[in-house]
Amino acid sequence: MDILDLKEVGVRGVNSVLHDLELSRNKSYRIDNPMGQHAIACGLDAQMQVQIEGHVGFYCGGMNQQAEIMIKGHAGVGVAENMMSGMVHVSGNASESAGATAHGGLLVIEGDASSRCGISMKGVDIVVGGSVGHMSAFMAQSGNLVICGDAGDALGDSIYEAILYVRGEVASLGADCIEKEMRAEHMLKLKEILEISSLKADPTEFRRYGSARTLYNFDIDNADAY
Amino acid sequence: MAMKQNIPRTQPRKSATFDEYTLSEIRRAAVTGIYDIRGGGAKRKLPGLDDLLFLGASMSRYPLEGYRESCGTDVVLGTRFAKNPIRLKIPITIAGMSFGSLSAQAKEALGRGATIAGTSTTTGDGGMTQEERGQSEILVYQYLPSRYGMNPDDLRKADAIEVVVGQGAKPGGGGMLLGQKISDRVAEMRNLPKGIDQRSACRHPDWTGPDDLEIKINELREITDWEKPIYIKIGGARPYYDTALSVKAGADVIVIDGMQGGTAATQEVFIEHVGQPTLACIRPAVKALQDLGMHRKVQLIVSGGIRNGADVAKALALGADAVSIGTAALVALGDNDPELEEEYQKLGTTAGAYDDWHEGQDPAGISTQNPELAKRLDPVLAGRRLANYLKVMTLEAQTVTRACGKSHVLNLEPEDLVALTVESAAMAQVPLAGTDWIPGKNKL
Repeated sequence: MDILDLKEVGVRGVNSVLHDLELSRNKSYRIDNPMGQHAIACGLDAQMQVQIEGHVGFYCGGMNQQAEIMIKGHAGVGVAENMMSGMVHVSGNASESAGATAHGGLLVIEGDASSRCGISMKGVDIVVGGSVGHMSAFMAQSGNLVICGDAGDALGDSIYEAILYVRGEVASLGADCIEKEMRAEHMLKLKEILEISSLKADPTEFRRYGSARTLYNFDIDNADAY
Repeated sequence: MAMKQNIPRTQPRKSATFDEYTLSEIRRAAVTGIYDIRGGGAKRKLPGLDDLLFLGASMSRYPLEGYRESCGTDVVLGTRFAKNPIRLKIPITIAGMSFGSLSAQAKEALGRGATIAGTSTTTGDGGMTQEERGQSEILVYQYLPSRYGMNPDDLRKADAIEVVVGQGAKPGGGGMLLGQKISDRVAEMRNLPKGIDQRSACRHPDWTGPDDLEIKINELREITDWEKPIYIKIGGARPYYDTALSVKAGADVIVIDGMQGGTAATQEVFIEHVGQPTLACIRPAVKALQDLGMHRKVQLIVSGGIRNGADVAKALALGADAVSIGTAALVALGDNDPELEEEYQKLGTTAGAYDDWHEGQDPAGISTQNPELAKRLDPVLAGRRLANYLKVMTLEAQTVTRACGKSHVLNLEPEDLVALTVESAAMAQVPLAGTDWIPGKNKL
């Protein structure tokens, strides 16, 4: 495993190495002293393993493709935003907009996630070991958001086709988000995601939420819900 | 006392407040129960660049010889931080317009025309298509709140990145693509079911405010290894402060879009009643750059109702580095062509007024996803028309510039202009014609 000391080379130095695919493809890296800096390990575009030894700032792992990124600490705003594939794993808590607009891959947050977790998600699977804040899965388009704890207010507001699984309490549901039947295929999918995430939880304890699809086409009589 | 004769009747008098358009809109709303949605920009009469005139040269200024003495038109954008600034042959760019709102043929034609003329074109909400990347030598990739079709591969393929904060037709508003334009390809690019109304968010999902935007821009620079210029596009709301904050957030280039700037689809009430005219936005934006010592270091692109070389030259004289066109480019491709009048009539409109771009029935094959309609537009021919139009605009701007005695369009300055109205003099901060009075600056 190669060691990159961010204190010595800076964010640019770290990302330059990780972006040099001739050098970094299929390799493993450890990033020391992340110091809460922003944009660490963003824009990776090959299979590689990156372990970050500490807390990170905004957008760590942003737009990730293929790489496996382990953050051993807390993550700032927009961790794994717009991820396309691969995995980002946060051992601590995550701030706002975790996994925002992400198209694919897996985001695992062992602790809690703040507000707008999974906002506009477009195919990613997100597993949160703890609870999520308000407006999570706002305008979520597709993918799965698994919440092992509780969900804050307005969960799934204006949701499209994403699927939400919640084990704990939901403070309130947003516009057009409803509880749905947990069928066998959902149980199977949830079990699969939980296993890949390596977080321990019993799929039978979860409830499923999704779109009522009543706001998909404009209707003036729904104006109070828009 | 009434006289015994026929009583003269007063003429029927129509209300200036409740004019024909207003009455028709009330009736339409009452029947349909939905607000009016349309494309394009503000249609109302606004103070504009037509209210300014160039003085030209005479005793106190030397003109340059037309067709002989050179008058430069090249512009470099993105010199502040980017390793690879954009180099344009002309100071006119093509504004962001989405695949989805426009057909693939139209996007290809925009790319072809811009490339022939030596300028850039811009993606829109919905991502980058192969057609436009393939045909656009210089392509600006828009980074929008919806992030529809957003992916890092396309980000790396782009020549510049434009973070869209707002647009002139609807500052503070999101986008809307109604279900009838959501074809299989559009739905796939946007990760949404076919046939539903697609809302494009008005706020970015992972940053709020200029402090966050600075961090977001830093991320985009890191992902693209600091190679590409990053633009910030803002609607004409509070141009002084919005420009200053864009500089603070790290923009290489700022695009400011006045309310005449078009949109694919938005509520009429938004288009006509929110935002400021383009003319009112330019000087405050330039002043913000000057106050920060960043004029010409952070380049300014002005858009919203730019139609001809005179508009280009006036915007540059007021301090812009380039302009951007959208609606005018579509007209050059063939939008609202009188030759299609019969078909516009069938749609309940007329050539020159057609703005139901969101309905996808455009007989010109431009604002549609209907394959039969779209294939009416020949991208090669339409691209050539656009290139011709861009070259004419450039030649017009050069003509005016030479007349002012300047050897490069960027040498034009406010001193070359006067205003025809008090309003335009105040907005442009140039003297009212025949006076040395600039409202708000000195007394008559």
